[in-house]
Amino acid sequence: MTTEVLKQHLIDPEICIRCNTCEDTCPVDAITHDSRNYVVDADICNHCMACISPCPTGSIDNWRTVLRVAAYPTADQLTWDELPKEIPLADLPVDAVALLDNNGGGELQTNAADVSLGSVVAPASASQPTVNLHGIKNFISATVSGNFRVTQLGTESDTHHIVLDFGSANFPVLEGQSLGIIPPGVDAQGRAHHARQYSIANPRDGERPGYNNVSLTVKRVTTDYDGKPVRGVASNYVCDLKKGDVVQVIGPFGSTFLMPNSAPSHILMICTGTGSAPMRAMTERRRRLRLAGRDNAGKLMLFFGARSQQELPYFGPLMNLPKDFIDINFAFSRAVNQPKRYVQDVMRERTDEVAKLLKDDNTHIYVCGLKGMEAGVLDALRDTAVTNGLDWLALHQIFRREGRLHLETY
Amino acid sequence: MQTGINYSDKIPNNVNLSEDKALQRALEHWQPNYLSWWNDMGPEGAMQHDVYLRTAVSVDPGGWAQFGHVKMPDYRWGIFMNPKEEGRTIGFGEHKGEAAWQDVPGEHRANLRRIIVTQGDTEPASVEQQRHLGLTAPSMYDLRNLFQINVEEGRHLWAMVYLLHKHFGRDGREEADALLQRNSGDADNPRILGAFNEKTPDWLAFFMFTYFTDRDGKFQLCALAESAFDPLARTTKFMLTEEAHHMFVGESGISRVIARTAAVMNELKTDDPAKIRAAGVIDLDTIQRYLNFHYSVTIDLFGADESSNAAIFYNSGLKGRFEETKRADDHQLQGQTYGVLAVQNDTLIERQVPMLNGLNEVLRDDYIKDSVGGVGRWNKVLEKAGIAFRLTVPHKAFNRKIGMLAGVKISPDGRVVSEVEFAANEKHWLPSVEDRAFVASLMHRVVEPGKFANWIAPPVMGINRQPADFDYVRFN
Repeated sequence: MTTEVLKQHLIDPEICIRCNTCEDTCPVDAITHDSRNYVVDADICNHCMACISPCPTGSIDNWRTVLRVAAYPTADQLTWDELPKEIPLADLPVDAVALLDNNGGGELQTNAADVSLGSVVAPASASQPTVNLHGIKNFISATVSGNFRVTQLGTESDTHHIVLDFGSANFPVLEGQSLGIIPPGVDAQGRAHHARQYSIANPRDGERPGYNNVSLTVKRVTTDYDGKPVRGVASNYVCDLKKGDVVQVIGPFGSTFLMPNSAPSHILMICTGTGSAPMRAMTERRRRLRLAGRDNAGKLMLFFGARSQQELPYFGPLMNLPKDFIDINFAFSRAVNQPKRYVQDVMRERTDEVAKLLKDDNTHIYVCGLKGMEAGVLDALRDTAVTNGLDWLALHQIFRREGRLHLETY
Repeated sequence: MQTGINYSDKIPNNVNLSEDKALQRALEHWQPNYLSWWNDMGPEGAMQHDVYLRTAVSVDPGGWAQFGHVKMPDYRWGIFMNPKEEGRTIGFGEHKGEAAWQDVPGEHRANLRRIIVTQGDTEPASVEQQRHLGLTAPSMYDLRNLFQINVEEGRHLWAMVYLLHKHFGRDGREEADALLQRNSGDADNPRILGAFNEKTPDWLAFFMFTYFTDRDGKFQLCALAESAFDPLARTTKFMLTEEAHHMFVGESGISRVIARTAAVMNELKTDDPAKIRAAGVIDLDTIQRYLNFHYSVTIDLFGADESSNAAIFYNSGLKGRFEETKRADDHQLQGQTYGVLAVQNDTLIERQVPMLNGLNEVLRDDYIKDSVGGVGRWNKVLEKAGIAFRLTVPHKAFNRKIGMLAGVKISPDGRVVSEVEFAANEKHWLPSVEDRAFVASLMHRVVEPGKFANWIAPPVMGINRQPADFDYVRFN
């Protein structure tokens, strides 16, 4: 993961007036200062953008593309009199390029926050989201009202469906938004744990319609990116929650990865693993509208990848959805006695239908899941466009600009 | 607690005003008086302009900076508070650890009212001080910034008036009325604090005022944001977010003046003030003298260096220190001491006083640390331009009119000097009549989009990512 590219958030020390507004606003305490500068910790910043509009100077709105391993540490930022120049990707350090080669010379993968390939605006017809209602300093308490395993026992993937109830407190959400959970206790250095962000898996009117609750899809982390055994603090805490437990929640977050309200609007969903959470939320929103006699009439098409059918969250409920409601396509990479298939492979098999959607101005594309999928999915979209006589470069820009291509990978 | 603001009420608010009919009526009665004050004493000749202003639609980060063109009298002044923090406890003084107060305890009523009235009085005062500046704005961008500050000072008055009406009964309502009756510089009925009766005659003074004097506002608000009286703490927290823009206008304004002067100095290859002035820009010595004046007048605002009131305010939980909750001490300060200045045998000495009595000085010193930072950043502009001149803040005993140092003559470098020596040097240390006349001679209105007066550089970036030549003000 040393090749991961990060759009690093920085504050311009030449314009900043050290008013402390950003530090006060940041819901995750990523911003600190000394007597000289205000700085952003790249390890903590979740790009929620809460600090951007309150900043009186505009100094907050600065970004540099860097390799995550070479992100500017706060200790360096504190010594700056001006921002460093942007280093073109081609000029990234030689040893980093060597690492790239070792990784097979593939394209650089983008960070969840590096939204440059996807839209940075919401669909035009999306509802106005509420964001950053609760930060670390004014977190909200929620009670666990359910915790179910949604992958089969005996498989490696231990994924849970968690339901949190907010009682009478205000926590409005839209499909595609996320929230943060603050794990209790402190880390090895005695500091409070950072909040971890999870996508919300239910539609806007509650996990149960009319209830003030939300659901999350959380996978227990047992290995790090390099496959070494590690016990994820937050995911293990969340997966082990019992009914009645009280958790500290911040958010909601997210103002772009939102679904269109216009009718008809087609939704092309591509996800892996727990990246299914926002897809579940959008699908369920459409299902409830249909039950209420307000069918959107737009198409829903889903490409869903997992290691095996047993490790695919929500497999059962998905199979119960009517075929004329949603077009579901699975891709299993570790199914017994079958070749590995990834979402992009299955997308290529359905190229005609995907092309039809690409040609339609009412189509919105959502990609969510592990970082590795993003490049493959974009390649598959490009190839589909090209083989169907579409100008992908132009089309990609249109999708991005109109808030119709949303990428969220981690 | 709602974070969204109710704009369907006559008075926009997020405090459920409509649930308290008596209070709502009282404030609706005050509202026309406020508007009439605004029309009489607010920005001159500008009431019909459409100004690109930010208005809060909620107190969360996404909602409080909505931009659009509005006429200033139609600005939605209202009552906005930060969300209530459940279970908040008092962070200092003898009540430390007890629950914060939602109502005013009887024994602290008089002191709290005085604190709120004093703070409230500064808000309309600065609008009055700045009311003629629009006529000499150096650009449309600057004109818009001036108006933004003016409407937000007006809103800060609303914040204090709400507290007076809600928590101080009839006395509070009378005080709220008096806030509209006192006027800056009025011989018979002046504003409460000295600096707020000084004129703000030109834009250099305005930038200095917003840098130095609005920063005093920041420190007072920070100290009040720690208050045991929770509604005051929540109100001032939200005001601080707005206050930041005011200091930005000051810091970037002076920075742009310096940048322009430096450019001309380099062009003409001179540091001769006469030649620099002849080129129509402000020489660095004059900027230094303006700085000396505004800095010294502002640090007087923190009050007497030894003050039993300060001790009472702190001990009883009314007013904390700057960043009280971030400090690692006992937050009670009994038996501790702090150094304040005095004159002994014609030299300045530091003597120790009980820290509780020295809290004005503590806040003043925190302020000084903060304001010196920006002066350092102005010097960076000179450094970058290759100019050796450096601006400095004068000694904290210079030109003081309040406290132990009032009446003592001190030079900017901190020497006790005779009346004669002070008088002989005053024109080198403080802006002279000639300085002010020269600066005034440069003040001509420039309001074509994207054009700037000769004496000031354009800003690095526009407001809300708009370009520098955006039509920030539409004249109708």
